[in-house]
Amino acid sequence: MTEGVDSREPAGRGFSSLSLPRPLRLTINVIVSVALTFLGLLFVTFIIGRVVPIDPVLAIVGDRAPEHVVERVRIELGLDLPLYQQFVIYVGNVLQGDLGESVLTARPVLDDIKRVFPATLELASVATLLGVLFGIPMGVLAAVNQGRWPDQVIRVVGLLGYSIPVFWLGLMGLLLFYATWDLVPGPGRLDFIYDDMIDPVTGVILIDSAMAGEWDIFWNAVSHVILPASILGYFSLAYISRMTRSFMLEQLSQEYITTARVKGVKEWRVIWVHALGNVRIPLVTVIALSYANLLEGSVLTEIVFAWPGLGFYLTQSLLNADMNAVLGSTMVVGAVFIGINMLSDLLYKLLDPRAR
Amino acid sequence: MRKLFACVVAAVMAVTATPTLAETPRDTLVIAFQIDDIITLDPAEIFEFSGAEFAGNTYDRLIGYNHEDVSEIFGVAAESWTISDDGKTYTFKMRQGVTFPSGNPMTAEDAAFSLQRAIILDKTPAFILTQFGFTADNVADKIRATDDMTLVIETDRAYAPTFVLYCLTATISSIVDKKTVMEHEVDGDLGHKWLRTNYAGVGPFKLRQWKPNESLTLDRNDDYWGGAPAMKRVITRHIVEPATQQLLLEKGDIDIARNLGPDQLESVRSNPDLAVQDGVKGAVYYLGLSQKNEALANPKVRQALKYLVDYKGMEGTVVRDLMRVHQAFLPRGFLGALEETPYTLDVSKAKQLLADAGYPDGFKITMDTRNTSPILEMAQSIQATFGQAGVDLEIIPGDGKQTLTKYRARNHDIYIGRWGPDYQDPHTNADTFARNPDNSDDAKSKPLAWRNAWDIPQMTKMSDAAILERDPAKRAALYLEIQKAHQVTSPFVIMFQQTEVAATRADTKGFIIGPAFDDNRYHEVTKN
Repeated sequence: MTEGVDSREPAGRGFSSLSLPRPLRLTINVIVSVALTFLGLLFVTFIIGRVVPIDPVLAIVGDRAPEHVVERVRIELGLDLPLYQQFVIYVGNVLQGDLGESVLTARPVLDDIKRVFPATLELASVATLLGVLFGIPMGVLAAVNQGRWPDQVIRVVGLLGYSIPVFWLGLMGLLLFYATWDLVPGPGRLDFIYDDMIDPVTGVILIDSAMAGEWDIFWNAVSHVILPASILGYFSLAYISRMTRSFMLEQLSQEYITTARVKGVKEWRVIWVHALGNVRIPLVTVIALSYANLLEGSVLTEIVFAWPGLGFYLTQSLLNADMNAVLGSTMVVGAVFIGINMLSDLLYKLLDPRAR
Repeated sequence: MRKLFACVVAAVMAVTATPTLAETPRDTLVIAFQIDDIITLDPAEIFEFSGAEFAGNTYDRLIGYNHEDVSEIFGVAAESWTISDDGKTYTFKMRQGVTFPSGNPMTAEDAAFSLQRAIILDKTPAFILTQFGFTADNVADKIRATDDMTLVIETDRAYAPTFVLYCLTATISSIVDKKTVMEHEVDGDLGHKWLRTNYAGVGPFKLRQWKPNESLTLDRNDDYWGGAPAMKRVITRHIVEPATQQLLLEKGDIDIARNLGPDQLESVRSNPDLAVQDGVKGAVYYLGLSQKNEALANPKVRQALKYLVDYKGMEGTVVRDLMRVHQAFLPRGFLGALEETPYTLDVSKAKQLLADAGYPDGFKITMDTRNTSPILEMAQSIQATFGQAGVDLEIIPGDGKQTLTKYRARNHDIYIGRWGPDYQDPHTNADTFARNPDNSDDAKSKPLAWRNAWDIPQMTKMSDAAILERDPAKRAALYLEIQKAHQVTSPFVIMFQQTEVAATRADTKGFIIGPAFDDNRYHEVTKN
């Protein structure tokens, strides 16, 4: 080991924050706060999971098991130990990278998450993309035409998106676009003839098929994702367009806008470059939050579209008190939120010189 | 909501032109079915509906029965069998020339291993076999291969032969490929961990892939000794939402939809491209009245409540197509099943009984109800008819596992439940509805009679005697006698027997809906 490498290892020297360079200190701060957040998240989920009035043994042995089988499984699961001990054991296993096995799927939770999360990631990303692509222009348009008919129309469209149950919207979407007009294929991520024709590398079929150059499968996956993503995207569109509108209104009343107009800057430039340019920072937060929400999985959309994602997995596990699966999924959701928060912080710094 | 949607579907379908039909390949059967109950593929552990259906299509057992007449028992992996004069020794001759898909020949050793393994692993369904006196310690003696083609099974007592034979037709008695399973053994688990997600048997189909909550794919076994099925592949997709299943079926993207409700079935019936088929299942729906509750412990109150259920009314509405009125604990089709239905909705009679019992103004009571269709709708109907006699029923809705946890802990007043038999012999239901060897809180065995705290030493003795009666006619008479007493006195308001319904494309024929869940078979399915 060379001298140089050694000096970068904080544990190698007496751990004193004062002697550490600033970036390193920041990194350690982040790591400690992330670790504490996870621990808190796990603790709360664990306690909730253990106090819900569902017997976790039931999910494994079913309703008819003889008492001695029930008892044996209770001991196998460690449920006879005191709560704090169960928690310590669990956290110990997690630190070794072992999330345990799901009782519902008979597989390691990590494998399950690798299977369900990419499905959700795919759906949520396309949905957010659609929401941003349509939501921002609609918000700008509404702000510019404040009080006039385009504003009203966009308001109604937005309100509908926000208030119609996604379940209903999904079924109606299937009924019209799939059953009646034949524009999109039915539920599922792929036509079943393409099932297991593509090796899951990332698990996101759009990426895997593109990487493999299987364009048939790629376009099939696109046609399958478009309807559920539009339904989910409609929801985030509604939110994004409303927020864009109010941010824009705030900007458009500022003096620098008036100045720009007086100086003769073209109106489209004033709106799309000057005003929207200043809105992008709060918008990043709005979009990040809505993306994070979608990444938790949308259980109703997943049910209607037979989309094997995280939402359905988590809900199923909760209802069966499948604690390893619940805790594992919760950590994924936690990681998503923390990750997206950090990402949006980073984007802040890139977009806003004052934050650097 | 669902109803509204069904109407909208019908309306839109009516006003728009027929859409172009998608089609599934000729040699592939595609089924939409809620299969999230599968938690294991190991036949020694499978005890779920969809899991049993998987095992029924992929694993042969020693013997089987005719799904149209279960009294006809025939050999499957075994060619023939004999029973000794003392009624305790069963000798099976194995079928010649059967090979597992792995290439290993099937022998009596595989059959012995499979049964021994199920008993040693001792998973939930193991009681089906251990009730004949087998334990992990003695099973190597009691179940053994005496040569390559001969299997000997010795029970501890001289049971009714059909009782033993029916238990050997259950999923747990499936024959696994010993060599393949033992190649995957880890820490003496008899290959259990591996077999939970894999396959090692012989049957008309074999496992291709199981993706939990997503799909289960079977491939045809081209070398099946009974002849290869017409379908090369069977794909069961996990589609939760019945409305989605209906759309897929109407479009021709699937061949069979398994979870449609009464309203949807009506619309399927009116469509010439589709067909509906059904089969009587063994499950019964009942109310369990806890005898820990003072009012419910009164025999007259129990009687009164049996007159306060609108059996016919529900049969025509909320459970139409899905259930038929049935009021005894043995389902139709079982030996000795009591088919009489003496109870109808009779409010004045119930009022009289309640007055005699000392409750002229009725009483308040709660019912734990799982929040799924049609259980919730049934509960609402019962709430309305109970109310007509002043019985104020509060429905406590909950998720399935939640209500079950409460029921199993005997913390309920009334529980609305469903019970399906574990095997085709009458003892399966007598054991739970009419047997309660120990009514104390920490009893070893906790049948339904225990859950409802119904102490019945006399009836328990009668049920125990019935499994030792070797004459079928006498045995049937014993069960009739127990059921008649049970129907009058028990704290069980048995209401319906399940009918399983499947909607298919009109050209999809030969899907078998048998009486048990492992009798739902695909091997005769054809598509024209």
